[in-house]
Amino acid sequence: MSFMKKPKVSHSGLPRNELGLSIRDYEGSMSTLCAGCGHDSVTAALIQAIWELNIQPHRIVKMSGIGCSSKTPAYFVEAAHGINAVHGRMPSIATGANAANRSLHYIGISGDGDSLSIGLGQFVHALRRNINMLYLIENNGVYGLTKGQFSASADQGSTAKKGEVNRQPPIDPVTLALALGGSFIARGFSGDKDQLVPLIKAGLMHNGFALLDVLSPCVTFNDHEGSTKSYAHTRHFDLPAAQADFIPRKIPIQAVTAGGEAIPVALHDGSTVILKKVAKDYNPMNREEAYQYIQKHRDGGEIVTGLLYINEDQAEFHALNDTVSGALRDLPYPELCPGAAVLEEIQQLYR
Amino acid sequence: MKPTDVSNPDHFHRVVDCQWACPAHTDVPEYIRLIAQGRFTEAYLLNRESNVFPGILGRVCDRPCEPACRRGRVDEKPVAICRLKRVAADLKGEIAPHLPPVPTRKNGKRIACVGAGCASLTVANDLLPLGYEVTIFEKQQEPGGLMRTNIPAFRLPTEVLSEEIHLITDRGVELLLDTPVESMKALLERGFDAVFVGSGAPRGKNLDVPGRYDDPAHVHIGIDWLESVAFGHITAIGRKVLIIGAGNTAMDCCRTSLRLGATDVKVMARKPLTLLKASDWEMEEALEESIAIIPCHAPRDFVLAGNRIQGMNFDVLDYHEHDGTLESSRLGSVFFPADDIILAIGQENAFPWVERDIGIDFDQRDVPRVDRRTMQSTRPGVFFGGDAAFGPENIIWAVEHGHQAALSIHRYCQGEEIGLRPPVSLHLASTKMGIHEWSYSNRYDASARRKVPHVGLTERFKNIRIEVERGFAPEQTQVEVERCLNCDIQTVFFAPKCIECDACIDVCPTACLTLAVNGEEEDLRGRLKAPANNRKQPLFVSEPLTQTGRVMVKDEDQCVHCGLCAERCPTAAWDMQKSIVKIPYAFDVPGR
Repeated sequence: MSFMKKPKVSHSGLPRNELGLSIRDYEGSMSTLCAGCGHDSVTAALIQAIWELNIQPHRIVKMSGIGCSSKTPAYFVEAAHGINAVHGRMPSIATGANAANRSLHYIGISGDGDSLSIGLGQFVHALRRNINMLYLIENNGVYGLTKGQFSASADQGSTAKKGEVNRQPPIDPVTLALALGGSFIARGFSGDKDQLVPLIKAGLMHNGFALLDVLSPCVTFNDHEGSTKSYAHTRHFDLPAAQADFIPRKIPIQAVTAGGEAIPVALHDGSTVILKKVAKDYNPMNREEAYQYIQKHRDGGEIVTGLLYINEDQAEFHALNDTVSGALRDLPYPELCPGAAVLEEIQQLYR
Repeated sequence: MKPTDVSNPDHFHRVVDCQWACPAHTDVPEYIRLIAQGRFTEAYLLNRESNVFPGILGRVCDRPCEPACRRGRVDEKPVAICRLKRVAADLKGEIAPHLPPVPTRKNGKRIACVGAGCASLTVANDLLPLGYEVTIFEKQQEPGGLMRTNIPAFRLPTEVLSEEIHLITDRGVELLLDTPVESMKALLERGFDAVFVGSGAPRGKNLDVPGRYDDPAHVHIGIDWLESVAFGHITAIGRKVLIIGAGNTAMDCCRTSLRLGATDVKVMARKPLTLLKASDWEMEEALEESIAIIPCHAPRDFVLAGNRIQGMNFDVLDYHEHDGTLESSRLGSVFFPADDIILAIGQENAFPWVERDIGIDFDQRDVPRVDRRTMQSTRPGVFFGGDAAFGPENIIWAVEHGHQAALSIHRYCQGEEIGLRPPVSLHLASTKMGIHEWSYSNRYDASARRKVPHVGLTERFKNIRIEVERGFAPEQTQVEVERCLNCDIQTVFFAPKCIECDACIDVCPTACLTLAVNGEEEDLRGRLKAPANNRKQPLFVSEPLTQTGRVMVKDEDQCVHCGLCAERCPTAAWDMQKSIVKIPYAFDVPGR
C-alpha cells in the first residue's frame, strides 16, 4: 500500500466531460490496497467509465460487503452515496435501496469470497430478481485479507503461494448467472482496460442486473507461477469472445456498425451496445450456446471474456413487481403513506 | 518508436529542464535542496562550480532556466530559481577556503586575458588551480566589465560585484588596470602561451537621423551613459527623458534617469509590446516605477530650438501579419518633448585594436570567426569569449564561454587536440530509503510563487546605490524551495520487471504514463492518456514488455516527480533515482 495521497495537481490539458468535470473529479480517497492490486485498476476503469458517461456524482450509489474488493467503493467518486454492508449482505441492501429509489445508478462491488461463499445466497437472489444495478465481482481466487487461502473461485490444480494445490472445483459466477437466467453477463480483466471500460459502461446502462466478473489478480498472494489467476496466466489464456462497444444515444449507430460483423443492442435509455464477435462461433444472444462455449473452453483451460450474454427484453425488478414509476421520495406524502383507513382495507384482504 | 537510449547522458539531463536550459548547466534542483536544508555555503559552492558568480547572477541573470522550468507547465509560474540563488549568496559563509588550491609552483604557462569581465574572470578561475599564470588587461580603473559599467548599482550592489571578482583576482591573477590593449600584434609578441579576448561588445549602436549631432550634450548613447553614471562622471539629467529602444539596457537607462532627477521618463519602442526585447521582469520593475513604455513609435528626427534639444518626432506604426511575417504601416507622426534623449537600441563588438593581417579572420559583419565549441579563433592559441565572440548575449553565456575557452587553452598548452573534449557523464543512484521513504521531498506543494519584496517607492529613489530588491525573507524561501519539482530525481524504468498491472498508470496524478502497442511517434502521441502536445519534450519508450509485448510510454512534459509510480509499483520496475550531470571543466583533466 501507499502512504502518499495522490497530489491534487493534474495535467494542464486534461479534458472535461459534458458536466465540466475532469476525470480527477471522480476520484476517491487514497487506496490502502497492496501496490499492484488488480482492484486498483478496476477502480481506475470505473472512474474512467463513469466520467465518460457524464453521470453526476450524486446520482451514484456505491455498495459493498467485506473483503479487499469491498474497500473499492472508498476509492472512486468521493461525492457519491455509499454503504459498506455486512459480509455477503450487500445484495439485499442494494435491493432495498433500489426498491425505494429507482432513479439512481447502483454499483455493487463484491469479491469471490463475499459473493461466492458467504454471500452466494444473496447474490443469486439479487440476480434472480433482476435488480437494476451493476454487480461487479473482483475475482482473484484467494482470501487476500486473511493471508491468501483458496476461495470458492480457485481453479482445480491451482497452487497457493507456498505450493499447496487446490483440489475442489470452482464456482464460476458467469456460468452460474447463465444458468439462473441473468440478463447481462460479462467477464473482464483488470489488466485490459480497453475491454473493461466499455463493459462497465454497458453494465451501468443495462436495464436490469448486470453481472461483471473481473479477474483482478492478487499481487501479494496469487501472482506466482502455478496460480491460474495471476497476471501472466490470465493474459496467456484470455479468450475474448465478444467485444462490447458502448455508444451514447447522440451518435448515430450506422456510423459505428459499418463494416465487420456487429450486432447493435438498443438499451432502454436510447443508447446502444454494439456487440462485435471476436470469436466467429460465438453468439452472445443465445444463452445455451454461450453456456456451451464457455464451458467447453474452460475445460481447455481458457478464460472466455467479453460481453458474454445480453437480453434487454427481460423484465427487471420494478417491472416484475409493477411498482410506481418514480422514486418513492418523489411521491406526495398522502400517497406514500395513505393512513390507517387504507391499511385497514389492505389487512381486510388477507382476513 | 525505438526504445529510448537511457545510456545517453542527454536523456536524463534534458529531463532537468532548468539545468538543460542553463548555458552553464547549473545543477538547480540540487542547490535548491541544499538551500532547503539550510546549507547555504554548499549551495553557493555548487552554483559557483558552474556559474562562477552566484551573487551577481542571483540578481541580474537572464534566467533562461525559469521559462524552461517544469513548474511553469503544471502550475502558473516557474520556481523563482534566480531569487533562490541569491538567498544562497546572501547567507553563505566563508568561501575562499573551499576553493581548489592554487599551486605555488606554476606550470610555466602564461595566459593573457583582454578585459576583466565575466568571461576573462572565468578563464582565470578555471586555469589558476592548474598552475597557469594569468594576466588580465583592463582599460577601466576597476575590474568587472559590463557588470560594473552597464548594470546600475540599484540592481547590482558594488560590494556584491567586488566580492565575487576578488574571489578570483585575489588568488594570484596579475590584474593590470587602466591598461587598454592597443594592438593585438604587440600583445602576441609578448610571448604569452595563449590569449583570451573577453573584451565585450563595447560599442552602443547609433541612430543617425536628422538633428542627431546638433546638441551632443543632451543626446546620449545608452551604455556609455550608464558607464559614466557608474563611475560618477554623470550625476544629473533633465526632467523629461526619452529612451529610444526597449531592451534591457533601455530599462536600466530609464530607471537610472529617475534616480538622477528625471520626473517624466518614457521608453519609446518601435515594436508592439509583445515583441519587446527586454525581459518581462525588467519591464515590470520599470512599470512599477511609473515609467511609460510606449510601443509602435519609430524615431523620425530630433527637434531643436537653436542648438538646444526640444524633443523628438516619431512615426506611429500599426502592425499586421501578412503571409506569416509582421508588417508595419505608418499611421501618422507625433512629437514628444524631452530635455535629454538616450539611445539604447543595441550594441556591437568592435575590434579596432586587432590587426587584420595576423591570422584572425573576421566575417562580413566584422565579427571574428570563432568556433562555437572550442572558442578558438582562426589563429591557433587565440580564443574569444563572452560578447566579444558572437555579439551581445548575457553573463551566463559569457561564463560558459569562459569555461569552454579555459578547457581549450589547457589542452592547447598541453599540446593536445582541442577538438577532442572530455565527455559529459551522468551518475544515477536510487533515492529509496525504506518501504515508503525517499531521500527527497516528494510531496507536491501547491503554493504559488513567492513575490520578492522591494524597497518602498519613495525610499528607493533617495540614493542610486539603494538596491531595490530585498531578497526573499526566510519564510518565503521556505515555501519557494518546496515548489521545486525535483526533476533531477529521475523516473527510471526496468522493462523486464514490469508485470503490466497498470498501478503506476492509475496512480499518476498528471497522466504521464501509458502502456501501449508501439507505433510511430506521431501515432503514439495521439494514443496517450493525456494529450502529448508539447513536442519539445521527448517521449520515453521502453523495451517491449514480457507479457504482452506492449511498451511503457512516458510523456515527460508534466511529470511532477512525486514518485508515486515507484511507490505503487509491486515489482520495483520503476525507481526514483537521483541524477548528477558531470560537466567537465579544465581542472577535471589535469595535464601532464
